[in-house]
Amino acid sequence: MSVSSPIVDIASHRRPGHTLTVAEPLSLDSGASLGGYTVAYQTYGTLNAARSNAILICHALTGDQYAGPGAHPITGKEGWWNTVIGPGKVLDTDRYFLICANVLGGCMGSTGPKDIDPATGKPWGLAFPVITIGDMVRAQVKLIDHLGITELFAVIGGSMGAMQVLEWAVSHPARVFAAVPIAGAARHSAQNIAFHEVGRQAIMADPDWQHGDYYASGRGPERGLSVARMAAHITYLSEPALHRKFGRNLQDRREVTYGFDADFQVESYLRHQGNIFVDRFDANSYLYITRACDYFDLAAEHGGSLPNAFRGTPTRFCVISFTSDWLYPTRESRAIVQALNAVTANVSFVEVATDKGHDAFLLEEPEFFATLRGFLDGCARHRGLTSP
Amino acid sequence: MKDDGNGGAALAHLRGDLLLAADTIESGSRVLDVGCGEGELLAYLTQWKNVDARGMEISQSGVNACVRRGLSVIQGDADHDLQDYPSDAFDYVVLSQTLQATRRPRTVLEHMVRIGRRAIVSFPNFAHWRMRIGLLTGGRMPITPFLGHSWYDTPNIHFCTVLDFGDLCDEMGVVIERSLTLDRHGRPFRLNPRAGLANLLAEQALFVLRRKE
Repeated sequence: MSVSSPIVDIASHRRPGHTLTVAEPLSLDSGASLGGYTVAYQTYGTLNAARSNAILICHALTGDQYAGPGAHPITGKEGWWNTVIGPGKVLDTDRYFLICANVLGGCMGSTGPKDIDPATGKPWGLAFPVITIGDMVRAQVKLIDHLGITELFAVIGGSMGAMQVLEWAVSHPARVFAAVPIAGAARHSAQNIAFHEVGRQAIMADPDWQHGDYYASGRGPERGLSVARMAAHITYLSEPALHRKFGRNLQDRREVTYGFDADFQVESYLRHQGNIFVDRFDANSYLYITRACDYFDLAAEHGGSLPNAFRGTPTRFCVISFTSDWLYPTRESRAIVQALNAVTANVSFVEVATDKGHDAFLLEEPEFFATLRGFLDGCARHRGLTSP
Repeated sequence: MKDDGNGGAALAHLRGDLLLAADTIESGSRVLDVGCGEGELLAYLTQWKNVDARGMEISQSGVNACVRRGLSVIQGDADHDLQDYPSDAFDYVVLSQTLQATRRPRTVLEHMVRIGRRAIVSFPNFAHWRMRIGLLTGGRMPITPFLGHSWYDTPNIHFCTVLDFGDLCDEMGVVIERSLTLDRHGRPFRLNPRAGLANLLAEQALFVLRRKE
């Protein structure tokens, strides 16, 4: 397997968007403290005079702040939610001010394990404190404060983004008018943790990982990270979608080779996904962010009762799931809905029929788009936001 | 009539029993419509009565249509999902033309009067003369314009008559605050609903219930 780039690094002056540097330390759920940190973020649209049209978009595990139109600084591709963001689109940049921040622990400008530990002058590596979804949201709160926004019109996110949405709604209910957790869960299941552990072990088994202290050596655990990505990628798809796309088709050959080359298209596809991923992602960030997901359990933070987490919430919720998503299946979304009903919160719930699996939230799904648009339009009427 | 995209135009099409339900509900109430379809009643109540309106609908296409028009609706089933709500969560819980499609109508009604201060229930009357004549003369399960399914594909599995429903209310010990017998279009008869004539002439009925204090 060929791996093209060494360790993800992109000089900050070449990175589009903005950064906020916070000097005061961040108290983390682990009990540790992060002394000063940076939040890299991107915005789309314009904040109105009343500062009432801001939507925070929370990205997923391997996403970043480049959600909307414009070339990604490393891949050159349009943003990961370019189908949704733009003038006249579901997240209408003529109407809303969209904010998307790289999560704490990430590798696209927000402070993470590849950055310099001021105490040692060397990259953090595994000395970086373990962070949680709650810590990610704490860092985002500082950003929203900095932007002078008291109440977000909406917080929206899929997958790990949905966990941040729930964390926002629960820890800052008065600052979230509407919350849209998509293809998410209120806790990580044993299966979710299991898949993440496979990914982490693939990285740690790579000799180039060097116990996380690989930054100065010029070689990083690209093979391990690539395998982690390949395994994870399967969980983002569905069996029917995978079969429809690849079947047993052979890659650039008419017969199998009786060897271990990528005979099958699906093998070639996964290897490609693994290879391009290492160009834009830091292996240690992958360890830290998957760990943050694993530790997420909203009910546990509220005496073991999910309804308790939401009691008295003024936020309007729209929970969305996809029929073929087996990573965060509909029953996980339904558990959130049941908890919200138990406290008579304002909640809508839609399960979108699709065979595209977990990744459906990133793809062109007309029914999903119509749901999101309708919900936001309804909320905008209640919030008194005018149409553009 | 103005249409702000919130379903104002639905007024002209609001079914008779739904209009009666809407008239019963005071402005500013909290309402749960169980089996809300595409949200006709909810949209009307939201626009004209400033109601905090929620819905539950079993069909995904219905739910999606509701959420698309900005209504707060979840995909759910009266038989299973009413238990999630706490007592006295709503001022009104509405069940229109859905009772006969539930598996356990009595349990559904018990939940309705538990979670709502009042329950509004409308249902088709199986003792309507057209049903009786159909079965008497044809010897087959009656099919009417109002209940147009064949016996083998009908979602309606628990039919009752107006008298039956009244008896169940008595048995459950719930208070019937109001009861109306209606023609097909939802126009009320001036008849005592607990009498045999109303049970013969009414094509549907609407009851407002509450639990005994």
